[in-house]
This record gives sequence, structure tokens and C-alpha cells, in this order.
Amino acid sequence: MDERTFRQISTRRKFFREAAGGIGTIALAQLLQAESGSVANPLAPRKPHFPGKAKNIIFLFQEGGPSQLDLFDPKPELAKWDGKPLPDSLTKNLQLAFIKPTAAVLASRRQFRKYGQSGIEISDYMPHLGTVADDITVVRSMHTEAFNHHPGQLMLFAGTLQVGRPSLGSWVVYGLGSESQNLPGFVVLSSGAGTSGGESNFGSGFLPSTYSGTMFRGSGDPILYLSNPPGVNQAVQRASLDALRDLNQEHQEKTGDREIASRINSYELAFRMQMSAPELLDFSKESPETLEMYGVNKEPTKPYATNCLLARRLVERGVRCVMLMHASWDDHTNIDKKLKKNCDITDQPVAALIKDLKQRGLLDETLVVWGGEFGRTPMCEIRNPSEADNAGRDHHPVAFSMFMAGGGIKPGQTVGKTDDLCFNIEEDPIHIHDLQATLLHCLGLEHTRLTYNYMGRDFRLTDLGGNVVKKLLKG
Amino acid sequence: MRLSILLLCLVIPASGAGVDFTREVLPIFQQKCVVCHGSKQHLSGLRLDDRDSAKRVLSAGHSQQSRLIEMVKGSTGKVMPPAGAKLTDAQIELLSRWIDEGAHWPASASAARHWAWEPIQHPAAPAVKRTDWAANEIDRFVLARLEKEGIAPSADADKATLLRRASLDITGLPPTPGETAEFLADTRPDAYARQVDHLLASNHYGEKWSRSWLDLAHYADSDGFEKDLIRPWSWRYRDWVINAFNRDMPYDRFVTLQIAGDELPGVTPEDRVATGFYRNTMTNREAGVDRTEARFDQLIDRVGTTGTVFLGITLRCSQCHNHKYDPIQQKDFYKMLAYFNAADETDIEVPVPGEMGSFLRARPDYEKKRAELIAQYKVPELQKVWEADMIRTMDHPGLELDWDFQVTEIRAGVDHGERILRTPAEKRSERDARTLTARFLRGPGPRFGKDKELTAKIKEAKEKLDELDKTFPALSMAYVMEDRSDYGPAHIAVRGDWKNPGEAVESGVPSFLPGGEQPAKTRLDLARWILSPENPLTARVAVNRIWQELFGRGIVSTSDDFGTQGDKPSHPELLDWLATEYRRVGFSNKALIREIVLSRTYRQASTARPDLDKKDPENVLLARQSRVRLPAELIRDEALSVSGLLNTDVGGPSIKPFQPVGVAELGYSVKKWVESPGREKYRRGVYIHYQRTTPYPFLVNFDAPDSTLSCTRRRLSNTALQSLDLLNDPAFFEAAQGLANRIESEASGDFRSKIWFAFSISLNRTPTEKEIARLASYYDTQATLRKNDPEAIAPWVGVSRILLNLDEFITRE
Repeated sequence: MDERTFRQISTRRKFFREAAGGIGTIALAQLLQAESGSVANPLAPRKPHFPGKAKNIIFLFQEGGPSQLDLFDPKPELAKWDGKPLPDSLTKNLQLAFIKPTAAVLASRRQFRKYGQSGIEISDYMPHLGTVADDITVVRSMHTEAFNHHPGQLMLFAGTLQVGRPSLGSWVVYGLGSESQNLPGFVVLSSGAGTSGGESNFGSGFLPSTYSGTMFRGSGDPILYLSNPPGVNQAVQRASLDALRDLNQEHQEKTGDREIASRINSYELAFRMQMSAPELLDFSKESPETLEMYGVNKEPTKPYATNCLLARRLVERGVRCVMLMHASWDDHTNIDKKLKKNCDITDQPVAALIKDLKQRGLLDETLVVWGGEFGRTPMCEIRNPSEADNAGRDHHPVAFSMFMAGGGIKPGQTVGKTDDLCFNIEEDPIHIHDLQATLLHCLGLEHTRLTYNYMGRDFRLTDLGGNVVKKLLKG
Repeated sequence: MRLSILLLCLVIPASGAGVDFTREVLPIFQQKCVVCHGSKQHLSGLRLDDRDSAKRVLSAGHSQQSRLIEMVKGSTGKVMPPAGAKLTDAQIELLSRWIDEGAHWPASASAARHWAWEPIQHPAAPAVKRTDWAANEIDRFVLARLEKEGIAPSADADKATLLRRASLDITGLPPTPGETAEFLADTRPDAYARQVDHLLASNHYGEKWSRSWLDLAHYADSDGFEKDLIRPWSWRYRDWVINAFNRDMPYDRFVTLQIAGDELPGVTPEDRVATGFYRNTMTNREAGVDRTEARFDQLIDRVGTTGTVFLGITLRCSQCHNHKYDPIQQKDFYKMLAYFNAADETDIEVPVPGEMGSFLRARPDYEKKRAELIAQYKVPELQKVWEADMIRTMDHPGLELDWDFQVTEIRAGVDHGERILRTPAEKRSERDARTLTARFLRGPGPRFGKDKELTAKIKEAKEKLDELDKTFPALSMAYVMEDRSDYGPAHIAVRGDWKNPGEAVESGVPSFLPGGEQPAKTRLDLARWILSPENPLTARVAVNRIWQELFGRGIVSTSDDFGTQGDKPSHPELLDWLATEYRRVGFSNKALIREIVLSRTYRQASTARPDLDKKDPENVLLARQSRVRLPAELIRDEALSVSGLLNTDVGGPSIKPFQPVGVAELGYSVKKWVESPGREKYRRGVYIHYQRTTPYPFLVNFDAPDSTLSCTRRRLSNTALQSLDLLNDPAFFEAAQGLANRIESEASGDFRSKIWFAFSISLNRTPTEKEIARLASYYDTQATLRKNDPEAIAPWVGVSRILLNLDEFITRE
């Protein structure tokens, strides 16, 4: 090894040592193999713990807690209880955010249909999803530990009720790096309203900030400060960066500090991001059929469709992790109307994304997850009794639904079963930690080995829990 | 092959040949093995903290045949440790070498107590061979170690670099060209010491050094969590910290006031502001939150913060169980929690200078008008009915859904809402009474909601009162702590679960530390115990952070963890000497900083030493200074400073610089980001409003902590988003334009003299010929580009933009 290579490694070494886990050592070894000519890049692709089916993950986060009772988990039995309180035996230890356990039951007003060969049941609010029923797997037996939004979102994305831990996307990029050398490894797309969890849903916590999700903005620059200031066109920017690089190099020779080479690299990546972002965002080469399938050019699908199509384009370009945020499904009131609105916005684009990934052969290597931080109660919440038609549902962490597709997930199944009231889980309970362990497994990461040492302890996404759910996996 | 060479370098060889068991091997066992194979658990009957027990897995002289090596390598299929990070190749190699050398395990080492729990020693500075180098005792500790390794220290940094370094380290602002010139011309032997004294006397010193303390306190201007409400008076605590540093308040008083200022006899209201330290804890106001749980979370944070900041121990690890590595019992955690369970949050009036006069003058008239309004709208009568409704609902939840929601809301949204409601009206404090009235008027509930006319009247009363309040010069507030007995005794939370209270515990300090057996009931007792001379941690932890701030790395590199999982001190005797010295100089930060900054160790050049790349790549031994990227706030301060934009006012409410639309909007309940008027927005970074869920992007990009937990050392990342920010952020572009203006207006003469001027402002040095030539060529390119495109930036703006983006500009060398 020559002097120069050694210097490169030694400056990055501290980082890898701090990343004391298996990844650290693997990364160091790979660095020597693959990167002996260039400066170490913490986002360089890294080998998984074992070959995973999925390369990328798209998390379609439905913030607020979509109602499983009205979307994926039909409960005809509930009609009998409609307007009556549930038996004490069910509710005596129940803790709810707003309503009291004695609240009356609200039977779903939705019609369900069995779709595809698999016969997955989906509500009449999501007809488009029905067309890809055989490609998805619905889980009806999710459960979590938090009954409020921010803690619930922390649990879902950081595996704990505490703030300050890395998010799912950050762990994935920390574990696998990213294939894209022109775009951030973890991209977050929001279609409007903010979420309760804010930054903590995609922050890197105590991991280096390199692993934070980069928010693509809905208006203005897609990435903050991506466009040049007034009077700086591409030629000016390039000339400036050339001079900057030369002066930085000059100073590196003087100080011998390899960190300067990393700095030069960061500027070059920034420039490549500036160059590639317009191409990424340019839908002109997409066929009219594709645009129509997503609903890019019509309301109310436009914003979410744009993000779904962008998600496909991002994974196509090697971005490891894409998170779409849609808020809010927190339907305490007027659930029939509000739920319809959210479904009208998201149903078509989500189905199109799955179809599109499949027709391009990307679905096998892309893990798609749809879900929120918890579900909703079978009981009714009426905030203003004078408007009884405005009934909604409270938060329900005990049993709720999600669905998944692609990347190592066995399609066409309904996993898990809730009781007749959709109150408790009867079969195959899947804790958030189990979900996380399973998602990491699909990506070739063993959740107990993806660790980071911080404040004297090895931390992991699944905290102290998590079992891979074999039932969800493709053989 | 290459790999093994490299990995060998990861360990700094001990002096002389042979592996040092205590220093090199035992820490590996402690970190990786004893959690299962130690005193608490000895799985498979094996203990790796016990020489005799360990013999089973060691074949002295034959690492290949040793079960230990087999297991850590995983060569038989099973690998140890079974969870968490494996041993690195370097560690395995070290263990093998130790076994091959005979697995020497000194009898004394088995029971060796962890160094940090041992009393602070008072070592004399060691003798050194080279007598012309050391400027003070600090240097002798450093030099002695270097001599032992056969390494020579580096030469002093050149004077200009040194001044820039000391300025950035002490005040956080670069020297002006005038200051640099003056210093370069000053040939007096104490010229540097004079500069240091000058810098320490500046009011900007407090701004710089408060920032790392605010990281520890995890200061912010909002609640955090979903609603993330703004805390309009957080800055009072920040100003208190800045002032304390500027007045060089001794560390013992500084700590006492923050832990228990309210319990000290005869404290002033200003002193009480110090307890705002514990008010930086986040507050979850989501309407559905369980108040007991939310408060429990706050107590957990207060205990954890206390452990991290004052003691450098990871108390938080024992929330659910006894600490896995350090001798902290779960009970110790809840004994600490009991101190904070007996305290509560309160907001008090603490006037800032000049406020009292107008307040007193305006008050009688205000009170009169207020009383009239209240009476006119029959507020007390209406409120009484509402209160009865609320209390009834609290006592009988689940009967009236619409009222239930009101109760949930007041519990989450009004501090101590339920307590105030349940206090009889005549016993409420004036402040509480007004809080409740304000809450009533804001949402008078379903009973009056049905009466449209009455609802309109109540709304009118609210508006009139709001209007009146707006004209009244109310006193500034501060968030503080006070003793409170109504929470009853603290309990151990079984497995850390607040819903599962176990044994009741009284307040007390961790039993494994000296003095732990003495009763210490109050927070003031806790502070006194923390500061007692017998406490082995407090002074070490504090001086280590000062060292870290001046070298980029602590003597204990894990400044958050002095426990067995933390790193060992690189210079244990120096650490103890500094701790002793700190107490000797009366816990004066300025005195200790001065001593360190005047050392030759500090003054060395930071240039890399290729000869040490293998021996000491991380510069642990301090044969040179380190180049350290500036923290977020200082990068911005420096850009504003060199462009002539900086507003140097000290103290006051937080400010909001320009922020693009779409950032604040990502929050759950959008707080509109209104840019501060005029030159307010050009104030230093320490004053930037910190909104926890949507922080100012520049701070996030450059690794400012998220202020959720105490942070003892910031990460230093190097990302493309940082580059985009420095290149394109309008604030930085404005700084480039400012710098260009200065170059054009303040420097006369040709290109060359202008470049000299530009370098002296921004980098405090003269350019090299190569640099001049490169920038001249850039200047010409830019001039041509502008000729073809009049919209293109002026060449000097381009040059300035490059200078502000240089690695050197954002680095303390």
C-alpha cells in the first residue's frame, strides 16, 4: 500500500472504528479492495450480511394511522355491536388517547371485495390496489407499543419510543451504502402536510449525518440549495469548483490532511447532484401511458403520483431507500369522508407504482411497504355530539394492518387474523420490531448484527426484540 | 496482506515489547465479554474477569490451541460475542499475541477497579530529557510520553496561524487583519499571552464557550414532539450561561446553581434562571398523551443528563436493569430520579434590566382596566360554571365525550392544568388564576358553545383582554425548577416501565461512588456531593471537555462515558493534574483555558506528520495540534464576520435568519418562520432560534445536535449537502458579496494587492504565488464569462465565494 492510500484510510479510520459493528470491519476491508484509488466514501455500496432479495426499499408512510377496519380487515360481525359499547372484559386495561373504553362501536360502512387469484379483501375505497392484489401481501396482525403519534412514529422508524435514535432508512444506508453516486442514498418525499414525527422519522440519530434522509422538497429546489445563486450558471459553477479544488489540493499538500480530499469529493458529489437532479425530475421521457397510470397530470392524484413516479426513478438510479410521507390519516372525525379523500389521492399512484416496478423487472429487487404508525379503534369517537354523522375512530395500537410487496416478500397472501371486533390479534402477531427485522432480512441484513456503538452500548434498530417473520418471505 | 498491516496500526503499541494485559487485553474482556462471563453472570461457568477461571480457555504460549481464540474467531462455527459487534481482526491478533507471549495475567489485575472510580491523584509533572521545550507542566506530561515513544514534538505553529487558532478557540471569531498585523509586529516575549488575555476578556468568549454547554443542556427554543410549541423564554437560560462564562463564574457555583439554585439560601431571581438547565427537557403536548408517562420521560431525561454532564456516566443504561458494565444499580437510577420527582417546572417573572420601571408605572392602570373588563363580561361567573363542568368530567370520565376531549386538552396543553383547576379559586396564585382564565376564554367548552350570543360575548372578552395585554409592558419570564412535594415518593419502575411501580425509594446518590452511603436528600445535597473533592469524576469530566474543545479530542475521547465501556485516558496523569489544577485555581475556566492555550502542546503546528502515520494516526500522543472543522455556528459567524455583516450584540431573544419556504412547513403544526428584522438576522449562530422538529437547515447540515439528549461532543461529517449549503445558501452568497465589496472598497491597487487583502481578511495569512496565479486565472475566466453574460456574477464575488468555501476557511488549523 502506498503512502497516499494509507492516508486516505487513516482519516476515515476513526469513523470505521466508531462504527464498531461488523459493518465497520467489512467496510474497511471493502474499502481497501474497491477504493484504493479514490477517497473513502461512507456511502459507497457495501456487501450485505448475506445475499438479500431486495436491493432497495420504498416505504409508503401513511401518517396518522389509517383505519384497517375500513381498508383491509372487514368485520361483518361488528354490525351487531354497532352503537353499543364493547364488553368490559375486552376493554378493562385499554389505554386510549381520546375516547373512553366505554365508547360505542362503529361498524364500517365500507364494502369489501375479494381480488385476484389470491382473493385478498380490499375496501371499495381502494379499487386500484385491487388490480395488483396478487402482487401484495396484507398483514392484519401488526401491533405496536405507542398510542400517540410521535411515539408511534418513533417506534415504527427508530424501533423505540425514545428520541435521538437512527431511523430505518439511516440504518439501511449505514448497512448497505448506496448504488447511486450522484444522488443521496436515502431520499424523503413529502406531499404536503408535515408529520408528527418530523425529522426523527428519517434522521440519523447518533449515526453520522451522512446517513440522514435527504428531504426532496415539493416546491422550489428539490434539494435545499441545489440551485446556484443568481448570476451563477453551470459554467460559472464549474469554473469556481475547479479553482476551489485546486486551492484545496494545494492546501492539502501543505497540511497533509486527507480530510481535505474528502471535502473535495463532497463538492464534486454536490456538483453531480446539481447535474443529475434535473434529469431525475424531468418526466418528459416517460410515456403518456405511464403518466396516466400514476395519475401525474390530474387532481387529486397529482402530488402523490409525482412522488410515486419519482420513487421508481430514484430506485432505478440506485438510490437505496425512498420514503414517501403522506399526512394525515388521523381520522378522529368524519372518517368516511376523510378516508375517501386520502384513498382518492393515494390509491391509484400506489397501485401504479407496484405495476410499473413489476413491468420493468424492478419489483423483485425493490421492497415496497405501505402503512402507518398504528390503526384505529372499532369504537366510535364523536367529538361533537350535535354532529353525530361526523363519527371517527381513535388510535388503536393493539391490532392494525399494513401491506408489502416485492423484494423477497411472498405475494398474494393475507397474514394474521384479528378477532371479530378487530380489537385483538388472534393469529400471527407481528410486532413493529418483527416487521423491522423482516425488512432488514429482505435487504440481506441480520438485524442483530447491524449495530452501532454509542455511549458505551451497541444499539440496533430492533432494540432488544425482533424476529424475522418467515411467513412473509418468499422461499 | 495489506489488510493485516493496516490493522496492526490500529493499536498504538505499548512502550517496549510485549502486550500489556491491564492496558490492552483487560479492556477488551471488559467491553466484549464480561457482560456474560463476569461477576454478575458466568455463562458456561466462565469468567473473564478472573484469572483462574479464564485459564480454562487459554493455552499459554499457544494461541492456536486456545479456546478463547477459536471462539472469537468463530472458527468452529459458533462465534463470540454472539450478539453485537465481533472483535476486530486487530483485537484478535492482540489477544493471540498476548497468549503466545505466555498469557501473562498479573494477580493484581483481576480485581483492578476501573480507573475512573479511583480517587483523583495529584501527580507532579514528570521529568523530561529535553529541557528547552516545555512551557509549563502540561507540556512535561505530554513530552514525557512522547519521549517514551521516541517521538519529537512538532515545531510551534507560525504566529498568524496561532492567533487565528486561539481566536477561534476562545471567542469563536477570526482575528481582523489589523489584529493579525499588530500581533505579528509585537516582538515582546509575552505578546501571545497578552493576546490570549485580551481574547479571554472579550464578551464573545462567553458566546463561544456557552455553545458546548448548551449542547450538554440540550437547549432549544421549542417543546419538541408533535406540537413542538415555541418556548418564548428559553433564551433567558442561554443568556444566563453566556453571562456566567463571561464573568468566569467558578464551575462549582455554576453547577450548584443549575442543579439547585432555587434551594440556595438568598438566591436572586437571576440565579434561579440557572435551574432552567433542567427545563430544556422536551415536553410532549400531544393531546392524547398520558401525563404520568410524559412526566416520567422527563424525569428519565433529567437523570440521564445529570449523569452525562456532571459525572460522565451512562446512568440511563440502568433505567430498566442494573448497568451491564458499570457498577450502577437500577436502584441508583431511581434514587437519582427521586431528586427530580420532588421538583417541578414553574415559570417565574425575572425582569431584564430596564423593565421594572415601565412595568410598575403601567401596572395600576392595567389592573384597573383588566378588572373592569372581567367584571363587564361576567367572566368569573361563567368560568365558575365551566370549572365545575371540567372537574365533574375529570372525576367521571367517559360519560360526556365532548367534555372528555376538553379535559384531555387542558391536561396536555396547559402546564399543571388539572392541578390549577382543582385548587380552590381563592388559593390560586395570581399567575395560575390568569392562566386558567385565559384557557377558559380560549375554549369555553360545549355548554356555552350552544349559545351563539354568549359564545360571541366570550370571544369579545378574550379579544379585548388580548388587546389590553398587548399594550402592557409585562415582565420577562424564565423557566425554572422548584421543590414540589405533591408527587409522593419515587418508585423503582420495574423493567423501566412507568406503569409498573416497584419499591419506593428516597433520593440519594449512586452507592458505588465515594460518599454514596451518606444521606443526601435535596438537590442541593446532590450538587454538593457532585462537587465534593472526593468525587473522582466531576473535575476529570469537566477538564476533559475543556481539553476536547481545544484539541478536538478529549484525553478521554469518549467524553460522554468515563465508565468501563468508554475509552481510557491517553494521558491519565495529565488528566488528574488538570483536575487538581482546576480545583486549585478555584474552578476558573478562564484560568485553566489560559494555561492550556499557553502550553507548547497547544501551540504546535497542526501539519500532518508522515513519520507518525503508522505510530499515531489519530494524534493521540499530541506530537502536533489537530486540524478541526469548525462547528456549524462558527462557520456562519466567520462568514458574517469577514463579510462585514456580523452584528456583534451580545444576549437577548433568539433570532431567525432567512430560511427558505418549505422548511418550517414540514412541522406538524406549522410555526411560521418570520425572518428577524434589520441587522438582527446577522447575529451570531448561538442566538439562532432552535425549533426542535424543523431546525434551521444550516445547523443540521453541519452537525449541530438535535437537542433531544445531552450531547458532549459533536460529530464532524463531511457531506455534499454541506457543499451545496456553502455554495448556494443565500446567506452565504450574501456573505460572498459582502466580502467582495470589502475587497473592492477597502483594498487599493492592483489584483495582487486585492488578493493579499482578501486572504488577510478571510484566512489571516498571505497567499502563495501558486494561489495568486490560480485565482488570477479564475478571475480572468470569470471576467470573460461576464463579458458574454452580463448577468454573471462579478469576478470578485466569484473569488470571495471560493474563499468562503475553502476547507481552510471552515477549519481551525
